[in-house]
Amino acid sequence: MDFDLTQDQREIQALTREFARAEIDPHAAEWDREHHFPRELYGRLAELGLMGVCVPEEYGGGGADFLSYILVLEELSRADAGVGVTVAVHTSAATLPLLAYGTDEQKSRFVPPLARGEQLGAFALTEAEAGSDAGALRTRAEAAGDGWTITGAKQWITNGRHAGTFILFARTDPEIAGARGVSAFILDAEHVRVTRDEEKLGLNSSATNDIVVEGARIGRDRLLHEENRGFRVAMGTLDGGRIGIAAQALGIAQAGYEVAREYAAERRAFGHRIGDFQAIQHKLADMSMEIDATRLLVYRAAWLKQQGRRHTEEGAKAKLFASEMARRQTAEAIQILGGYGYTKEFPVERYYRDAKITEIYEGTSEIQRLVIARSILGMTERSLVVR
Amino acid sequence: MKIAVCVKQVPEGNSRIDPGTKRLDRSGEGALNGFDANAVEEALRLRDATGEGEVVLVSLGPAKAQDVLRKALAMGADRAVHVSDETAGGSDLVATSYALAKALEREGADLILFGQQAADSDGAVLWAAVADRLRLPVVSQAAELTHAGGKLTIKRQTEFGYDVIEAPLPAVVAVSDAINEPRYPSLKGIMGAKSKPQETLSLAELEIEPERAGEPGSRTEVYALSDPPARADSRKIDDDGNAAQAILDFLAEKRLV
Repeated sequence: MDFDLTQDQREIQALTREFARAEIDPHAAEWDREHHFPRELYGRLAELGLMGVCVPEEYGGGGADFLSYILVLEELSRADAGVGVTVAVHTSAATLPLLAYGTDEQKSRFVPPLARGEQLGAFALTEAEAGSDAGALRTRAEAAGDGWTITGAKQWITNGRHAGTFILFARTDPEIAGARGVSAFILDAEHVRVTRDEEKLGLNSSATNDIVVEGARIGRDRLLHEENRGFRVAMGTLDGGRIGIAAQALGIAQAGYEVAREYAAERRAFGHRIGDFQAIQHKLADMSMEIDATRLLVYRAAWLKQQGRRHTEEGAKAKLFASEMARRQTAEAIQILGGYGYTKEFPVERYYRDAKITEIYEGTSEIQRLVIARSILGMTERSLVVR
Repeated sequence: MKIAVCVKQVPEGNSRIDPGTKRLDRSGEGALNGFDANAVEEALRLRDATGEGEVVLVSLGPAKAQDVLRKALAMGADRAVHVSDETAGGSDLVATSYALAKALEREGADLILFGQQAADSDGAVLWAAVADRLRLPVVSQAAELTHAGGKLTIKRQTEFGYDVIEAPLPAVVAVSDAINEPRYPSLKGIMGAKSKPQETLSLAELEIEPERAGEPGSRTEVYALSDPPARADSRKIDDDGNAAQAILDFLAEKRLV
């Protein structure tokens, strides 16, 4: 057993940390306050190769492994979780499913612009009445000539306003209820109209949109994977995507811990540093321990995925533990900073707001428990379909 | 043009001296010295401006100094020479400059770049010692460097402005951090660095006699280390509502206001 990162992984981690510390962290408070999507930043990340870390070089990516990509998400999220989710959705939910399920022709056509960061990617599954219950999709794809006409509305689409490529899910067979009968399609920005910018509790430097598709005509070349097998694409994508969100939660918690530890070493009360008091020491010890435990779960899940092994259960465990830990420990960071922690003078209130979403998207904590339960009880097939 | 860049690994964050060995504690995380990153960047720019030439890194340091060479290779340097030898530990300016000069002699570069000082020891003199050993012209505090017609034009930062200096090649130049903004290594650079030539040389391979390296080859010796004396003459004023007046009186008494 080897707990050391490889040399490449360490260098990619160091590069991202150095860049995030210098170029992202100093702006994160302002981007949060102004709800600013830092579009230009993604060009710079692309120059460094961070918009396609684990995409093979032949498709314009960095050619690094999946764990390297997870390290990048952790480091970006440590500086700004909104940047973290933008890159996570772009990579895990748009680029990687194209690689996993696309034909050779689709891979060479759609992946390089994403991997090189010339375009952002988005994943359009969720609808007003279909979130965790993705089988209840209402967006339709009607057969028309040698292709389909797509009509429907999607919501909470990360990167929606800025994306050039969408993986969009629509019902191809209205006769089949539930998850079967859904197909995955590759859409361009011109097939989609953005109708709303969501206002959120946190992640304010990321874009979350409602979009509509109004009778877009597409050919068979834009069907991803087999017809009526889109649900498999969605679930497979979310299996890997969860590990990215776990890394995001881990990065947020790490950031909160560092601010709290530094503050405890400086702030004085009753003639002592507050870090001299056992009550604060215990909080910091718990934080450090839980962050360590999370890191092991997250890296294990990433390692399994890159070995090509099953990671549904391990990814769900990592995501569930990381997100609940991040919400709890960013709250503790605020507690250590006291009144200052509640103000915008310090970043911990932002970390707390940003952490909360990790318990909700890419499958809520309730769904993660369902996934884990079905796995350990041997009910893994189509584990999310509630009958 | 062949450019050699001397780089050093320095401890990340604040340096600490080990009271036992009286040497710098190098056990923690290491980083590429900031000024050296400027030197690497400048070498890459000079190379890329003409589209030809080679950037060779030269470093003297323990095995883990390999990390900074890898980083500079990931930034875009072509090749690395790592002088690493147990007996080189504890080398001072005299011994270090000798070893580097030997390695640089072997390379025969047209231009040798240094960062003007290292963040750990802040000596700011190694480049001068190396230039002296190689009998080459040296210009320090370079804030701008241009190469044309076989010679260098250097803008040297001084206390009161700039000197513009011309130097023939080969030459040694020590750069300041005003000269450029070092690039980040890219992912592609990182993945490609491991296939670039990296050579590790012992002192024997450079024909450096043991008595000219490490402590035997050093001409300085650290006798004692102590904390800087506490600042004398300080006075603490508790604010009982009259602190501002008390401070003003103190400054007036010292004729500072």
